[in-house]
Amino acid sequence: MKLLRDTWLLFQRQILLMWRTPMWLFFAIAQPVTYLFLFTPFLQKALVPMGAASMKDVYNIYVPGLLVVMCFYTGLFAGFGLLAEVRMGILERARVTPVSRSALLLGRAARDVASMLVQCALITVMSFPFGLTVPLPNLLFAYVLLTVIGLMATAISYDIALTIKNEGALGSLLNTIGQPIALLAGVLLPLAIAPVWIQKLALLNPFSWATNSVRALFWGSLSDPVVWQGTAVVTVLAVITVILSTRLYSRNVS
Amino acid sequence: MIEIKELRKSYRSKRRNGTTTVDAVNGVDLSVAEGEIFGFLGPNGAGKTTTLRMLATLLAPDSGQARIAGVDLLADPAGVRRHIGYVAQGGGTWDEVTAREELVLQGRMHGLAKAEAQQRAAEALAAFQLDEYGDRWCKTYSGGQRRRLDIALGVVHRPKVLFLDEPTAGLDPQSRAHMWEEVRRLRAEGMTVFLTTHYLDEADSLCDRIAIIDHGRIVAEGTPDQLKQQISGNVVVVGLGGPTAQAETLLKDKPYVLKLETEGEDALRLYVDAGETAIPQVMRELTDGGVALSTIALHRPSLDDVFLTKTGRSLRES
Repeated sequence: MKLLRDTWLLFQRQILLMWRTPMWLFFAIAQPVTYLFLFTPFLQKALVPMGAASMKDVYNIYVPGLLVVMCFYTGLFAGFGLLAEVRMGILERARVTPVSRSALLLGRAARDVASMLVQCALITVMSFPFGLTVPLPNLLFAYVLLTVIGLMATAISYDIALTIKNEGALGSLLNTIGQPIALLAGVLLPLAIAPVWIQKLALLNPFSWATNSVRALFWGSLSDPVVWQGTAVVTVLAVITVILSTRLYSRNVS
Repeated sequence: MIEIKELRKSYRSKRRNGTTTVDAVNGVDLSVAEGEIFGFLGPNGAGKTTTLRMLATLLAPDSGQARIAGVDLLADPAGVRRHIGYVAQGGGTWDEVTAREELVLQGRMHGLAKAEAQQRAAEALAAFQLDEYGDRWCKTYSGGQRRRLDIALGVVHRPKVLFLDEPTAGLDPQSRAHMWEEVRRLRAEGMTVFLTTHYLDEADSLCDRIAIIDHGRIVAEGTPDQLKQQISGNVVVVGLGGPTAQAETLLKDKPYVLKLETEGEDALRLYVDAGETAIPQVMRELTDGGVALSTIALHRPSLDDVFLTKTGRSLRES
């Protein structure tokens, strides 16, 4: 109860801060918008083997990957905000109060996930004029999945940030691990058209399961087994990484 | 209100030739009474902030005991947090929120309901003369306003004990004076204030009692006057404008002269019980003995003299 109250309290503060400094949203969606307008049109021929008969199909295949990669990168860089708050002395001030330690982390994580969903919503809406069509239940389920994916990426970022505790090193490290994970998740092009060895390697990547699930949902197949498999993989991993980061956090700050 | 016994904290630091252990706080004993302004005076790196952070539950001590407002620090840090406020050396607020919003959040983090937190925030803004800036973003605040907000945040839940880390570091003289008034006002309201400082004048005029810390150990403790008295009573400096030998012979066996030293070629430094009564006696003695004196000055020992006596170096130099 106290955990929920305190998490809500800190989440409200974090949302207020985002509301007052709206420039982040512009920078956050500038790149996905560029891909949406200038990269997707390249794909019509490339995606024919996937069964893409029209631009509408191309958007249905590409947009889910774009949403996953947005959640992935926004989450992955969430550790910076956390370290900045440590540097600003916000945590030290909060730690002398009886506020729940886990709430300090979860309130922030909730903010990061909320910012992802806003970005995803904008990109989804912008894709409709290009012919994106997705049944509403599938879309809602996809957003639930995106929330879990984002939470997992955020928790991974917090784990790394709390372990290395250095904003400079964090940037290089995240870029180094982020790129291969994103490519191996099939976010740009579906893994189905990749060589077999890459497909096998991708099985080890939880984000590729996530991408396949979201893509299946956008393609309209709610009953595709990859949907529940992907959901199971990311949910289990998200729970583990979130618990790990709250524990790391409590140890660092208690 | 605060009882500390044998508090210790050491850090391991990695060097090229293996790890070394630095004893940041090396067995500190202290007791602070209710309603006291207690000052922790020492040079940078002496262990002041480490001690303060341990007492504020931010850092776990290696060993020792401490009770704050009757609660055991090591056994129940969460219990201690209910009774204390802590103000760090700087920072602690977001840039794009107002002082009022920060005060409300702080109250709510202490478990207050929304309406009560808002009420307390309004009271705190008034008490710290921040009313007119209360709804401005924190990043627009001047140094002095910022510091007042920091302290307001530390006391919005009305703690019994307030810890202040270098409350006036970097402030201009006017803001410092203002800050001292705020701290005295909190004492008048019954709060116990424990602060660290490396300013001699702050320890001297603001604090009821002080402890001098150096290399993680307390080297002296008492009221500023007690400490100054402890080392020598008063000091009289007599300028002779010439050789000192004759004056030395005249004064050295007088009962009111505790100790006599030459200062340079033409002056004497006398350590006496009470400078005010010694001065006329010294003047009479020298005049009667036919020695002309050019200047005479009473030099009361400062806290820096205390520090110098206890540690062998001056706080101003370190």
